[in-house]
Amino acid sequence: MKANTATDKATDSVPTLKTGAQCVIDGLVKAGCEVLFGYPGGAVLDIFNALYDAPFQFVLARHEQGAVHMADGYARATGKPGCCLVTSGPGATNTVTGLATACMDGIPLVCVCGQVALNMIGNDAFQEADVIGITRPVTKHNFLVRDVDELPDIIARAFYIATTGKPGPVVIDLPKNIQKQKTASVPPETVTMRAYHPDVPVNPPEIAQFAELINHASRPLLYVGGGVIAGNASDELAALAHTANIPVCTTLMGLGAFPEDDPLALRMVGMHGSVAANYAVDHCDLLISAGARFDDRVTGKVSAFASKAKIVHIDIDRSSIGKSVRTDLGVQGYLVPVLQAVLPFVKPAEHTEWLEQVNRWKERFPFVYPAPEGVLMPQFVIEQIYAVSKGRAVITTDVGQNQMWATQFYRYTRPRTFISSGGLGTMGFGLPASIGVQFGRKGEPVVCITGDGGVQMNFQELVVAVEHRLPIVVVILNNGYLGMVRQWQELFYSKRYSGVMLSQHGRLPNEHVEDAPAYLPDFVKMAEAHGARTCRVTNPGEVAAALSEAFAHPATWVIECIVSPEANVYPMIPPGQHVAEMINRTV
Amino acid sequence: MKHIINCLVENQPGVLARIVGLISGRGYNIETLNVGPTEDPTVSKMTIVVPGDAHVIAQVTHQLSKQVDVIEVVDMTNRRHLDRELLLVRVATQNHHARAEIVDLAALFMARVVAVQEESVTIQMVGNQETVADFLRLLRPYTIIDISRTGVIAVGREAVERPAKR
Repeated sequence: MKANTATDKATDSVPTLKTGAQCVIDGLVKAGCEVLFGYPGGAVLDIFNALYDAPFQFVLARHEQGAVHMADGYARATGKPGCCLVTSGPGATNTVTGLATACMDGIPLVCVCGQVALNMIGNDAFQEADVIGITRPVTKHNFLVRDVDELPDIIARAFYIATTGKPGPVVIDLPKNIQKQKTASVPPETVTMRAYHPDVPVNPPEIAQFAELINHASRPLLYVGGGVIAGNASDELAALAHTANIPVCTTLMGLGAFPEDDPLALRMVGMHGSVAANYAVDHCDLLISAGARFDDRVTGKVSAFASKAKIVHIDIDRSSIGKSVRTDLGVQGYLVPVLQAVLPFVKPAEHTEWLEQVNRWKERFPFVYPAPEGVLMPQFVIEQIYAVSKGRAVITTDVGQNQMWATQFYRYTRPRTFISSGGLGTMGFGLPASIGVQFGRKGEPVVCITGDGGVQMNFQELVVAVEHRLPIVVVILNNGYLGMVRQWQELFYSKRYSGVMLSQHGRLPNEHVEDAPAYLPDFVKMAEAHGARTCRVTNPGEVAAALSEAFAHPATWVIECIVSPEANVYPMIPPGQHVAEMINRTV
Repeated sequence: MKHIINCLVENQPGVLARIVGLISGRGYNIETLNVGPTEDPTVSKMTIVVPGDAHVIAQVTHQLSKQVDVIEVVDMTNRRHLDRELLLVRVATQNHHARAEIVDLAALFMARVVAVQEESVTIQMVGNQETVADFLRLLRPYTIIDISRTGVIAVGREAVERPAKR
């Protein structure tokens, strides 16, 4: 049936008709797409044909996972939805990790995947995969397009869903025959959906109760997550904190939502957060969660988390409220209107005693690390990045020790300057994400802090940075280990290092390879082969010079730092435990 | 405790899979699930029976409400409602005594014999979950050859004041 319709439509010569492929391009333009990341293939040839004349830039990634992380990095850095385009089958399945990363962190993305023709779906056709089924749990929503007349509407809806409420990735699965078919449909002026109403009106009784709790608290604490950044609510948050002198701790995703150089800042909370932030959670009598979701890496032992406090949870996602911890007051809504509504009712307060207490913790327990003479410590490298960039760089990270040190030894003062895979913890995220960041914020210094493990997961994307002449400084903290896993094996598995050695050195017989080179790859040669500028740093004295050189000569740089192999991230609250169990071997 | 959740959804392909995937993907169990059309051809109604404590059920309803294709979610359990299940059961009748007993039993439950074969009877019964369970318990001494149940459907007995999602 469809095939006949297609032939009829193809012979129709009314000039206002557009192909499905053209609808995709027009839909992207209408949504404000400046740059599209992707990878072609058989099932998206028609879209790539239409892309030939598109008014926006196309960036060819080297792997579809890289394309999604780029779009994700772009979205995190700009607040605008990231866009990507991939082919069917393996092209689409390669996006799954990227989609799941964005879904966990609430990042707006629209990913168009080619699909085999409608009449071939379910036939085990070449490069066919059930993309709707595969991506359902890792997207906010997905669409299989069955009729070209619906396509303009679906694209508009996809962007609407991706960017409203708690943002998230949306997949449009677009069969090849529909890309060729023509339609007279035009996109709607405004999107209305019967079953999706992201706008939640502020509820005055809730606001009154919220204000009451703030005004009666003697030890209030703001616990701030990525929602403040997604909701562009940093100013309102700062106003609330300063009006009532409420100290602020942030989650990993919330770094930058509140300036870390503010006297009220306690910096990151949770497993590897600051002592002051974790003590404050334990001692506060009112915990105000703004756009955070009480992740297990923050709460540790849930029953003992903020046990002396009443908990207010503000979130646009109703299902987050009360999910993990008991909540005394849940306020559903966007943070800007909620905070604006409560501010007039908040009485100025000093909380002198509480702030003195908190400041004593801050002074007594700063982030520190052992620094034996002449040994290049990874923490020192981060401090140097902060010093040389004067704190003005956008930082992207991989996952693990490099990520945690990046939270501890750099200070984030602006939203959207710390770009990291929080919820899913995706290794290989940092490098492609930093490329997306650069496309969103051209010319700003971007530093990708990564490890020798994570960087190898998407190293191929380095050529994209090089060919687009993107000024990205990739700093590889090379300790020869999958460091965070090694740290857990050291602390909780009696140093039985299994599967974590990237070098042959010290490997057990069942991992050791006879006569193999001791350590691969040579990152400097690898960077050179990709066309990047590069250097290797082995002692502390060389770090500042290497970084200064990289910042002075904007280009894609790879700086490999051979760091102390068994440095650990402290403080650490062991998983599922209370702050009292904190390990802090550096003080 | 079992909860009966009524869910109005867009009548679109893939919505059922989304709902089922959402519940099972979070490790919750679905005891019964029934999907049918409503007076509006673009809307389907699902009735889902989920066992779990209040926390689990609250998560299920919030997560369902969040779905783009879900129009309304109502936990029927805590409001006045009627729930019914249709049961078709074929029971072996080795002799006419057994047949008479089974027919009597069916009559007590206002169930109907809808087919009679030489060595079995087929009974249709409508009731709430408890009544159906009682009936099946009393049938246990006999040999049940086959059984088909629709799962629960439910309807509210008064206007919904504030559904989980408008």
